[in-house]
Amino acid sequence: MKFRTLAVAAALAVIGAGVVAAADEPQVVRQGMMKKMGGAAGALAGIAKGEKPYDAEIVKASLSTMVEVAKTFPDQFPAGSETGHETEASPKIWEAMDDFKAHAAKLGADAEAALADLPADQAAVGAALKTIGADCGSCHEVYRIKK
Amino acid sequence: MALRKFLGGIVLLAAAGAGAFYFITAPQRLPAQTWASAGEPDLANGERIFNAGGCASCHAAPGATDADRLVLAGGLALKSPFGTFHAPNISPDETAGIGGWTLAEFGDAMKRGTGRRGEHLYPAFPYASYARMTVKDIGDLYGYLKTLPKSASVPPGHDLPFPFNIRLLLGGWKFLYLNEAPRVTLADAGETVKHGQYLVEGPGHCGECHTPRDVLGGLKTDEWLAGGPNPEGEGRIPDITPVEGKFGDWSAGDIAGYLETGFTPDFDSVGGAMVAVQKNMARLPKEDREAIAAYLKAVPAR
Repeated sequence: MKFRTLAVAAALAVIGAGVVAAADEPQVVRQGMMKKMGGAAGALAGIAKGEKPYDAEIVKASLSTMVEVAKTFPDQFPAGSETGHETEASPKIWEAMDDFKAHAAKLGADAEAALADLPADQAAVGAALKTIGADCGSCHEVYRIKK
Repeated sequence: MALRKFLGGIVLLAAAGAGAFYFITAPQRLPAQTWASAGEPDLANGERIFNAGGCASCHAAPGATDADRLVLAGGLALKSPFGTFHAPNISPDETAGIGGWTLAEFGDAMKRGTGRRGEHLYPAFPYASYARMTVKDIGDLYGYLKTLPKSASVPPGHDLPFPFNIRLLLGGWKFLYLNEAPRVTLADAGETVKHGQYLVEGPGHCGECHTPRDVLGGLKTDEWLAGGPNPEGEGRIPDITPVEGKFGDWSAGDIAGYLETGFTPDFDSVGGAMVAVQKNMARLPKEDREAIAAYLKAVPAR
């Protein structure tokens, strides 16, 4: 094989491996989890604003996603992941990990409660979203730094 | 002999200069009859201005919950490159708060940064923005503040190193930076945009965080709302001018919706210091959020 071809292939393999390896880094995983959270909030907001028709399955799926994310999100902040991969995590997370976990737990609890008593119409979805939105804001207020 | 005269001349000039500085930059009071037009306070409007102005965000006790935000006991520490400020008690308590102040004294503080004893106030209190407020709105706000719970709390004074602890020097700061001029000139602005301009440039004081500052702590007004380092510490404050590919991609509806719900167009959530602001914005009438959004679509992109 020509040396040049081999060199390019090797470089691509390294870059590819880097991308794949990065995908497992806690910073990247937790950013993905937050994107999922946003997607779920968006689906609920579409119904709450009347832009999309009420659909119990979508409401259920969105709230379930939120419950799942809230459960495992705090695990994505091990020591050593304070910086890197453009993380917007505030150092305060590691200074007050218990409080940080409590915020995630509250979000999970509010989403669970909504799941248990499923919002049945546009207005109820709006009310649930307001509660959950307040949970988003109260954690971001302290633990996220805009870069 | 000539040297003595020369030096004497310099000293005289310096004294004259200092005297001129003192005279020109002395704390100002508005004419007493200004406040006569305020009339009976409209408390509903006062509450609206209270939310637009974000008074509770600085003057409520540190860590106050939403329920306690109306007790304006002061004490919140505001760190800055000039030292740490502590917000005063502005509850209607006659001793510890501003219960004994007249409307004129309150208005002079809001519009000229002049304290009750005739002292300069520090512009960490954003009178450089509040200067643009109308007499009526200030009168209504003061009427509303008087209805709030009293607090006997006496917060600490400011913790400022020399020379920033010399209030006299603030006269110079005000000479450079305190005026009622519009921050931007908008050709053909309709009523909604003009209303948004009033809210943003006046009581909303959005520029105090969203506009970068120069070395003296004055706003760089040719970069109005272009964002910059967070004056309270970490991270950055976003550019909220309509830059294409960035905030310019938000529609007026997106902006008004964010102010109401805290959700961005792709359902990221409000964070940091903006959370308290957004909660206040959510308390305003819909037309106010829409006006703010219209103004933010109209300002020059930076």
